[in-house]
Amino acid sequence: MNVYEPHPAPGRTRSRRAGILAVQILVLVLFAALGVRLWYLQIPRGDHYRELAVANHHQQLVVPATRGRILDSAGRSLVSNRTELIVSADYHELVGMEDGGLAVLTDLAEVLDVPVEELQQRMRLCGPTVERPCWPGSPYQPVTLADDIEPSVALQIMESGDDFPGITAQAHAVRDYPHGATAGQVLGYLQPVTQEELDAREELRTQFTGIDQVGRDGVEAVYDTELRGTAGVRTLAVNNHGEVMEVVSDERPVPGSHLVTHLDLRVQKIAEKALAEGMAAARPRYKADSGAAVVLDVNTGGIVAMASLPTYDPGVWQGGIDQKAFDEMLSEEAGEPLLSRAVQGQYPPGSTFKISSLSAAVENGFSLRSTYACPGSVNLAGQNYENYEGGGHGTIDLHKAIVVSCNTVFYKFGYQLWKRDGGLHPEGEPEEAMAEMARGYGFGSPTGIDLPYETSGRIPDREWKRNFWEETRETNCERGERGYPDIARTNPSHASYLKRLAYEQCVEGFLWRANEAVNFSIGQGDVLVSPLQLARAYAAIANGGTLYEPRVARALVSADGSETREIEPVVAGKVPVSDTTLTYLQKALTEVPKAGTARGAFAGFPQDKVSVAGKTGSADAQNRQVSAWFASYAPADDPQFAIAVFVSQGGTGGMTSAPIARTIYEGIYGFGDFDEPALPGGVPRDELPVVRSDGSIDVLER
Amino acid sequence: MSTHTGTALLRGAGIGRTAAGAARRADPVLLGAAALLCAVGALLVWSATLPGDGSSPLDSTGHLRRHLLHLLVGWAVCLAVASVDHRTVRAYAPVVYAATTAALVLVLTPLGAVINGSRGWIVVGAFQFQPAELAKVGLVLALATLLGEPRDGESRPMTRDVLFGLLVLALPLGLVLAQPDLGTTLVLGVIFLGMLTLSGAPVFWVVGMLACGAAAGFCVWWFDMLEPYQVARLATMVDPTVDPQGAGYNSNQALIAVGSGGVHGTGLFQGEQTHGRFVPEQHTDFVFTVAAEELGFLGAALVIALFTVVIWRILGVARGCDQLCPRLLCVGVAAWFGFQAFINIGMGMGVVPVTGLPLPFVSYGGTALLANLFALGLVLGISARDRGFE
Repeated sequence: MNVYEPHPAPGRTRSRRAGILAVQILVLVLFAALGVRLWYLQIPRGDHYRELAVANHHQQLVVPATRGRILDSAGRSLVSNRTELIVSADYHELVGMEDGGLAVLTDLAEVLDVPVEELQQRMRLCGPTVERPCWPGSPYQPVTLADDIEPSVALQIMESGDDFPGITAQAHAVRDYPHGATAGQVLGYLQPVTQEELDAREELRTQFTGIDQVGRDGVEAVYDTELRGTAGVRTLAVNNHGEVMEVVSDERPVPGSHLVTHLDLRVQKIAEKALAEGMAAARPRYKADSGAAVVLDVNTGGIVAMASLPTYDPGVWQGGIDQKAFDEMLSEEAGEPLLSRAVQGQYPPGSTFKISSLSAAVENGFSLRSTYACPGSVNLAGQNYENYEGGGHGTIDLHKAIVVSCNTVFYKFGYQLWKRDGGLHPEGEPEEAMAEMARGYGFGSPTGIDLPYETSGRIPDREWKRNFWEETRETNCERGERGYPDIARTNPSHASYLKRLAYEQCVEGFLWRANEAVNFSIGQGDVLVSPLQLARAYAAIANGGTLYEPRVARALVSADGSETREIEPVVAGKVPVSDTTLTYLQKALTEVPKAGTARGAFAGFPQDKVSVAGKTGSADAQNRQVSAWFASYAPADDPQFAIAVFVSQGGTGGMTSAPIARTIYEGIYGFGDFDEPALPGGVPRDELPVVRSDGSIDVLER
Repeated sequence: MSTHTGTALLRGAGIGRTAAGAARRADPVLLGAAALLCAVGALLVWSATLPGDGSSPLDSTGHLRRHLLHLLVGWAVCLAVASVDHRTVRAYAPVVYAATTAALVLVLTPLGAVINGSRGWIVVGAFQFQPAELAKVGLVLALATLLGEPRDGESRPMTRDVLFGLLVLALPLGLVLAQPDLGTTLVLGVIFLGMLTLSGAPVFWVVGMLACGAAAGFCVWWFDMLEPYQVARLATMVDPTVDPQGAGYNSNQALIAVGSGGVHGTGLFQGEQTHGRFVPEQHTDFVFTVAAEELGFLGAALVIALFTVVIWRILGVARGCDQLCPRLLCVGVAAWFGFQAFINIGMGMGVVPVTGLPLPFVSYGGTALLANLFALGLVLGISARDRGFE
């Protein structure tokens, strides 16, 4: 004991010792708490953190698969791939910067030699009020700022990565369209995947990385999955700087399959050229504002060619379309080039529809062996109906009625079948023989072609009329009561006419009137068909009554050629017409280009080598010029192809459309100005182009 | 005062005779636990400083060898200090305090170097050290002397002593804060509060000081005195997922490292978080995460248990002292180690904000290790002499 130290009081010492003991216990408790926390993190939550740790060290690099090519039936590329250098930006990284990425974009604009405003525009997300250029894809995808840049520029950006945070320059596979606008609407185009698409296609989400594009139209959209292939995933172990430590696993991408189509590049080009020239020839007398030509393989439903004008080059979509080009795509003035007239267009078919009306009449009691009067005009239900251009042909058989396209014979069929159903007030269920037959030919519903946005056309009947009336009654009744005060101010008589019309529609608009049935019989009035539907109906007549679902795609061949999946023809139905009637129709149609309404158009055509069967049509519509149709097939004795040609406001069928079809036939068979047949032997190819294991493709040349 | 100093010096003459005996009488549990912590620490530092490219650990022993050298020097100092009568050491307290405070001033001169945003280093050639670590020893010694040796007739420090103690605290505290080094500032404050509380000073002062500490914290918050990164660290402690790539990054990665360890851990040198360098400063401030990831719950819990033992035993030594001065010295060392260990381990598990404090005996860092072992030596020395008394 140190005597020099002051002696602490025993009580105080005890209390101090107690104080230290309390602190000791406090320490024990605090460190025990740490232990409990450690236990909680490592044992109950251990799996959670192990997952996070794996996500941390393992970076999954998605290696996109090469998209399959789109080939014509001979193996020629319609769409292929090429690589270009693009500059893209991480949307969130740039937007997250204090100045919204302005400084980075300004530097980048200088390197790229474009105004910074343009880059800023491209950084915006597209929306209803946002002008192009803008980013149509998901903000989680890299935003393309410039495409097809010079390698030196790309190198400059790659090397000084620190100066361009959030910006990358990389090689990127893009679609190549070696034939420009050829078959544009059939092929379709690609666009960056949108957030909605990513959300909707969950199973594909892991497939998308970088700038991912999806097919937005045409076969690119329909066969997107097959063309896309399966992206590979390379799992890398990385450290905190993202430096790769090792490759953990490497799943190779499976390239997309090549899509072999029924299209023949040469026939397609011939059809497009013939259509364009035919439309040009119809002008300036006719507007000829748009047109379509469909070439079908009658025995499979394969689309050998499908032209639609105006058209566009799918390449315009690449690298961010500007507002002008985008507007043009959708503008009526430019003719809405995105729209495929062959598949999405619907028009009154005019006299080409008489195949259906004749079939309806014959299958409902009108004899093929009888003769029928073809006067210049007929009076039905108190209304006068005239033949086209007013001429009569006396008493004729149905063969001649088709060949000369006598309207009055069909008017009477339409009227009599309407009356048989009970006319205005049918008792019981009306048969609707005309409409039923039209549906039997595949009109009024989509054909089921492997292209998006197909129209169904329209086959009107009593039920349709009633539905239409119910939909429009409210407006009509209001108009019938209040009239048209706006129009009355300038044109009182027209306004009162409209008011009377609206009132009539309001009260008895559900009635299927005689004039509607009469117009229906010659494919006028409310009847609408698409050129594709018409081509298919004529193909059915040619092949003995089978309606196929048309197909653009013929086969999917794996990139190394090891696997081929043929797309088999699909039978949609059988035309409800007896073989006798079909044969009768075939004979009559065969006569049309020789002695009938298409005689002029086919003058000089070597019918002895290839006999063409067809029917012209000239369809009227309110406030529009007459539109030209020609529906046909050939050879008449061994049908291979059906061709339907339509020119909107292009004049009569015989004058405008039949010559276009003729040119296409000449091209296929190598007649006239064509030195050699586009399709050797004049038949659709039955063999597939060979894809070799090295990826090269043998183009068929027979 | 002069009488005491003289006696201490006289006693100090007997060092050589009693040194071996003193070391033998020192608390073996405390000594063992601290030594074990140092051993585990060496392994963790080794693992944490591997390049992470899959090469053999034997190829990268640079940090390990330096760490072992630090340990060698540190333990030599520790045993030397333990052999000296604490009253002798106490005699040099003013000198130690003055020297460490002077070093803190030097840091602010051109001799000082900035590392990790803090001017806390003195670099002389290849030799560099952190005076703030030594200031902890200086403060503990100075306060123990001040508060532990009340004037004649008093058995506990009175207001004058407390005020003088505050002055002794304020000098290094201000200098450390100027670096700025918030972590060490807090350690100094906690040492002061701990020693004051157990010194028997008037309750008025103890409560007042605690209140002042709370008020200071409030002011710092109220007047936005914290650096933005410090505010962000506080925010991310509440929810580390707020900004996982930014301020919450460290915290988040540390949590992942700790959590993914599981019961047995990935095995030494096998931690993917550790070797991918996802956790920053993992050989110093975040060394505990290496233990948790690679040695698992068993290893990390052992580290926590060892610290509990060390601090319990230091406080046990304090409890055994019947003199105020050595007791307060032990209390100061316990407050220092306890606070630093708790903060360091806690921030690795997301329970306290990220503060740059090394884990005593374990983290890499020569000055800190030297200071830790010096302090341990003081406590061991006291235990050797005062144990026999009970």
